[in-house]
Amino acid sequence: MKLLIKGGRVIDPASGRDEVGDIFIAAGRISGDKAKADRTIDAKGLVVAPGLIDLAARLREPGHGYKATLESEMDAAVAGGVTSLACPPDTTPPLDEPGLVDMLRRRAKALERARVYPVGALTVKLAGERLTEMSVLAHAGCVAFSQANVPITDTQVLWRAMQYAATFGFPVWLRAEDKWLSREGVAHDGEVATRLGLAGIPAFTETIALATLLQLVRSTGARLHVCRLSTAAAVDMIRAAKKEKLPVTCDVGIHYVHLSELDLGYFDSHCRLDPPLRSQRDREALAAGLADGTVDCVVSDHAPVDEDQKQLPFAEAETGATGLELLLPLVLKWGAERKLSLARTLARVTSDPARILGVQSGRIEPGAPADLVVFDPAQHWRVAPDALRSQGKNTPFLGYELAGRVRATIVAGNVVYEDVR
Amino acid sequence: MPPNPQLNAKGELQHLLSIEGLPREILTQILDTAEPFAGVTEREVKKVPLMRGKSVFNLFFEASTRTRTTFEIAAKRLSADVINLNVAVSSQSKGESLLDTVANLSAMQADVFVVRHGSAGAPYLIARHVKPHEHVINAGDGRHAHPTQGLLDLYTIRHYKKDFTRLTVAIVGDVLHSRVARSLIHGLTTLGVPEVRVIGPQTLMPAGVESLGVRVFHDMRAGLKGCDVVMMLRLQNERMNGPLLPSAAEFFRNYGLTAEKLALARADAIVMHPGPMNRGVEIDSPVADGPRSVILPQVTFGIAVRMAVMSIVAGN
Amino acid sequence: MNKLPEAEILLPKLAAELKAGVTPATAMIGLYTGGAWLAERLHPLLGLKDPLGLMDIAFYRDDYAKEGLKHDPKRTKIPFEVEGRDLLLVDDVLYTGRTVRAAMNELFDYGRPRSISLVVLADRGGRQLPIAAQHVGAVVEVPKGKRLRLKRADNGKLSLDLEDAA
Repeated sequence: MKLLIKGGRVIDPASGRDEVGDIFIAAGRISGDKAKADRTIDAKGLVVAPGLIDLAARLREPGHGYKATLESEMDAAVAGGVTSLACPPDTTPPLDEPGLVDMLRRRAKALERARVYPVGALTVKLAGERLTEMSVLAHAGCVAFSQANVPITDTQVLWRAMQYAATFGFPVWLRAEDKWLSREGVAHDGEVATRLGLAGIPAFTETIALATLLQLVRSTGARLHVCRLSTAAAVDMIRAAKKEKLPVTCDVGIHYVHLSELDLGYFDSHCRLDPPLRSQRDREALAAGLADGTVDCVVSDHAPVDEDQKQLPFAEAETGATGLELLLPLVLKWGAERKLSLARTLARVTSDPARILGVQSGRIEPGAPADLVVFDPAQHWRVAPDALRSQGKNTPFLGYELAGRVRATIVAGNVVYEDVR
Repeated sequence: MPPNPQLNAKGELQHLLSIEGLPREILTQILDTAEPFAGVTEREVKKVPLMRGKSVFNLFFEASTRTRTTFEIAAKRLSADVINLNVAVSSQSKGESLLDTVANLSAMQADVFVVRHGSAGAPYLIARHVKPHEHVINAGDGRHAHPTQGLLDLYTIRHYKKDFTRLTVAIVGDVLHSRVARSLIHGLTTLGVPEVRVIGPQTLMPAGVESLGVRVFHDMRAGLKGCDVVMMLRLQNERMNGPLLPSAAEFFRNYGLTAEKLALARADAIVMHPGPMNRGVEIDSPVADGPRSVILPQVTFGIAVRMAVMSIVAGN
Repeated sequence: MNKLPEAEILLPKLAAELKAGVTPATAMIGLYTGGAWLAERLHPLLGLKDPLGLMDIAFYRDDYAKEGLKHDPKRTKIPFEVEGRDLLLVDDVLYTGRTVRAAMNELFDYGRPRSISLVVLADRGGRQLPIAAQHVGAVVEVPKGKRLRLKRADNGKLSLDLEDAA
């Protein structure tokens, strides 16, 4: 189909382009040829940008069917303007076998919504003991290997796993967390946890583990992507690592540039997250680090949770927040607060994650895949359960009015979502 | 921050969940109301008809005979009907969720839920889901708060020392795990106690505890100098099994209250303990049974304070 | 509007009336707050054997379900045995009779008196219960929407006053 997106403000962070113009799409790609279109989308007054690329979104498949389904979460993704997403391996069972990876990719492809890039398990069952068959998994479609939120405690295994991955140039995506230090905690070990009587997770659980990871990068040459930074100190360590030219990138979850431990309020379990929300100082450092590029990109860390699992005392509640449909408005909010241009703001969810994922999407230029989002940056909407397509309604932003409404999402030249209201 | 869930639209106390966040007027109201109730507990007929027809449900998810008994006595002295539910044993083990348990009880016309739970914040969750005429009293939630204990401790201090604004109070022991300590600290700072000290080893101090408005001492002798009130916290056996402390004996050596250490406090200092005491671990018998100990009066005051709390919330 | 009677004039009249009936079994209890003020003035004038008792009826009121607990209840102190006594129960204003009903219930939790006589400074009528005062300072008509109160000045002078009812 030939598609024309007419008169929108075209923003391409990769090239810095920000101007009103038309986009022609043919055969699933952005076309330089202004041929007659079969369909025209009027984008006057709207922004046209590369579709969002989310490096961490849980689709809850395989398994966990009561929390969410592939259909509902893929609907949520495109409703949120996300055209590519990487899903962590903490499914049930974990993505440690090629058959599971293959089935997931096929099911996702058949739904014809966002592109799904599975991240394979680094160890069998994520148990941190035996390596997975990384070559076979990569062949089945895994783009990287990870332990999700289950760090390897045996440093010998961690070393060997990174060494093995480095052998083949497979990227390793890991949380920096010392499981011994964090094992009992449920909140950031600071003033709020002390007041609320919650077991604490000190900031150094992240920095101690990060120091270990960076040292292993030096020794093995593995390409490391550090997931979900949560401390100011870790941002400093990444800055130094990059200066040292280590092959290290990192991301931050969108919640962590907006919220801190203070948002726990009266034990709000929607703020029960892993890693925990930390101090305001940490939040500020993460927001600033994302602005100056020390933190390469921002992710939704989408984790739909059944409401029953949130209606529990804080320490007993399941961790996670729904995020696919909030990523765009929340990243716009962050960019506005840091006084960044729209192009620089959107880079963190388009061209930057594209670079880490190693894909062609995430930019607007002739020949690039036609993965686009058309949105109104000024349209406000209220975050309410019925406004979300995800089965997970668990978000700390319930009741908030956010600016940034997706009007249409295009993947491979097909309009996979349209706001029909 | 959302509005304080403990207060209704008129600013009156509808639930007692934590001392933190309560205005000093409400704390003072509770202490002042406990006074005449103390008078009731001293006369021969210890009952008043105030809460006749009201039902108090003791919902204890964490076993406790002492606290539950005090609440039961307090409710009965108000002529309320008392129902005890050891939920720890029954429905929780069947996998029933906390809120389902409360909803079932709600259907049985409860007026007051007295809740003790092992997880911090559980009473808040319950308070968000009860009907408007139902009231929640926190009898202890994890290490977060034990507000009626804090109030009876404040009542005891006021009874013996009168003026909060001239006191130095020391709280000694496992502050990290203590809801009693947290509640007392909030109460003391709200009522204007100029110096609140916490004394204990680093392993038993929560992070950033100074932000609660206290001075931290690791040396007990230094910390006790000039104190008017010494509150000894209970040390649980479990703490001895992990990496927090080597042994009870070593703890007693450094942080146990003996006559010799007590002598460093003021000559008229009072010694308090929330009970039950571990003699020889946090306090030795001569001090526990000595002339400066007010540990037994604390228990009596506890009934009057709980009568005051119940009658105030259930009437709002 | 009718002028209110002067409390300071009614007081010695009441005292004289009561003194006539005082026996060794007589004891006095004043109800907080107005009744307590009145009793504190009457008590020394009667030469009673026992100190004055003071009572707060907050825990015996019949309106808890509707109004909740009254603010700032005081401690009831009765420094004598109630058993077998002729009690003078003192209150400032007698109106519906509910206060007296509560006071009697509370009194019986202390013991069994031989008799109770009610002493009030002002009777404003409007009884809702079968309660009567044996000794009344004055009968007072209270206009609609108003409340009759006893006031005590800094120098201790007592006076009756009309306030708007809440």
